Parts: sequence; C-alpha cells; structure tokens
Amino acid sequence: MFDLTGKTALVTGASGGIGAEIARALHAQGAVVALSGTRREALDTLAAELAERVHVLPADLSVAEEAARLIADAEAAMGKVDILVNNAGLTKDGLVLRMSDADWEKVINVDLAAPFRLSRAALKFMLRRKAGRVINIGSIVGTTGNPGQANYCSAKAGLIGLTKSLAQEVASRGITVNLVAPGFIETPMTDALNEAQRADLSGKIPLGRLGAPKDIAAAVLYLASEEAGWVTGTTLHVNGGMAMS
Amino acid sequence: MSEIADKVKKIVVEHLGVDEAKVTPEASFIDDLGADSLDTVELVMAFEEAFGVEIPEDAAEKITTVKDAIDYIEKQKAE
Repeated sequence: MFDLTGKTALVTGASGGIGAEIARALHAQGAVVALSGTRREALDTLAAELAERVHVLPADLSVAEEAARLIADAEAAMGKVDILVNNAGLTKDGLVLRMSDADWEKVINVDLAAPFRLSRAALKFMLRRKAGRVINIGSIVGTTGNPGQANYCSAKAGLIGLTKSLAQEVASRGITVNLVAPGFIETPMTDALNEAQRADLSGKIPLGRLGAPKDIAAAVLYLASEEAGWVTGTTLHVNGGMAMS
Repeated sequence: MSEIADKVKKIVVEHLGVDEAKVTPEASFIDDLGADSLDTVELVMAFEEAFGVEIPEDAAEKITTVKDAIDYIEKQKAE
C-alpha cells in the first residue's frame, strides 16, 4: 500500500522539521521529490541524505511571482508535479491590539496566499493530466484559535476554506485537495520549552506526548496515495486527541 | 475559414474530445459540446497560450460559443 513509484512531489518548506520528514516519507515510498524552501543549505543537506530522485528548488514564497515560477521549475525538473504539499509557513506572533498590519499581512501572504498561488499554478497542469493531489498543511489552531496568533490562526482557518472550495472545483477531474492539521509537534521551537512547560503541554494531550514530524508525514503520505482516492476536501487532524472536532 | 478559426476549432476538438463536425461557429461549449465550467476555463487558458493573448475574466465569461472565441481572438490580434 501507499506505493508512490513513478510519482513526483513538490514539498514547500522542506528545510523545516515537518517538511523534511514529509519529503522523506514520500521519497521512501518511491516518489521523486522536489525540495523547496528559503534556506538553500538545509535543502542541500536533505538532498544529500536522500541521494537520488531529488531536486532542490529554492523559492521565497513571500514574493507573489515566485509561486508560479516554482511550479514551472518543478514541472521542468521532474516532468510533472503529481503531488503538491503546501507546507511552508511562518509565524509573527503578537496580541491583536499590538499587531501591526505588516505582521498580519506577512503571515496571511505566506501561509494562505502562497498556497493559493501554488495550487492555482499546479492545477493548470494537473487538470490536463486529470490527476493530482494537493495537500495543505494547516494547524490545530486554525480550528481552535490561539491567543497571540490571530494572523496565523486566520491563515490556517482560511486554508480549510481554500481546501474545501478547491476540492469541489476540481473533483470532476479526479484531483483531490485535502488538509492535514498538526497539533503540537516536536520541533526546534518546542525544544526551547523547559521540563515543566513540556509536562504541562503533554498533560493537555490525551495521547500523552507531543507529536513527532513523522506523525504528520504519515498522514500526508496517506492523502498522497492512490488509496486515498476517495478522500477530498477533508481536514485530517493529527494532534494526539488534543482537539476533537 | 481563417487561420485563427482553424486553430480554435482544433483546440476545441482536442480539448473536449468531440467530433470535428460538431464544432460549428454557433456551437455552444456547454450546451452543444458537453463542456462543464472547468472545461470552459481550460479552453480559455488554451486559447491564451496558443494565441499569445490575454483574456480577462469578464471577457472570458462572454465567450460561450466557438464563434465568440474566434471573434474575440481575431479582434485582439487585429489591435
């Protein structure tokens, strides 16, 4: 099951912990992968680890034109993009009362508008092939909200609407669009927490631990597979049971 | 038939997989040629690519028949 031999995947934000693990998982199942991100070195390191069937395509998705260029580059490098994983994202936290327009727009632009632009560009090709998978990476806070992250939560909630709308627009062509919503995952960000903070956080998670990037990668792999061909417009929550919706 | 008309017809035949004889100037993409809304969007994008023209969304909405497409592109090309 979940064999991706002969498939190609573009993963944005592949220099990050979750993105890298998604790329590894798709690659392990046989896919050719294109790694995108802003940090060239991290992408090169991951590419060296994967060794074959891998392309490095740096892009700065805060620049609107970069989205279409990245899709064109990925199509050129791999011959096609079967699977698009919109994983790149950033945060600019702050309480709404103190949040600048710039910090609001920056997050909406990269976390919501860039996935829109990438999907639009990739779907042109997917429609012709009458096949494709778009997988957006959302967040638990897109459903629950989170103080200090109004911009990020809005973008991630917006991604759910984008996912559902797009899923309906292209379903007739056999293309599926889904979203994976991670809960709290072990990343360099959570490494900064002290023991007491970690214990407190774990206590709020019914399954008793923080998630690992591979927990998310497995969900993405499922949605990318042929086996998930009858799943579209859905939000797959992967959060240790922290928020059940 | 003009060169543009020929090319438009060819794109329509290829894209919608319909019999060439059915692609008359009056044929409506949706009503006569079995296109759905996504097909019409794809057709417009195919026209844009093939003819190197830009068809804005408000103009695209008015292109419902083969003749509409030919007329629009011929006008763009003439300008």
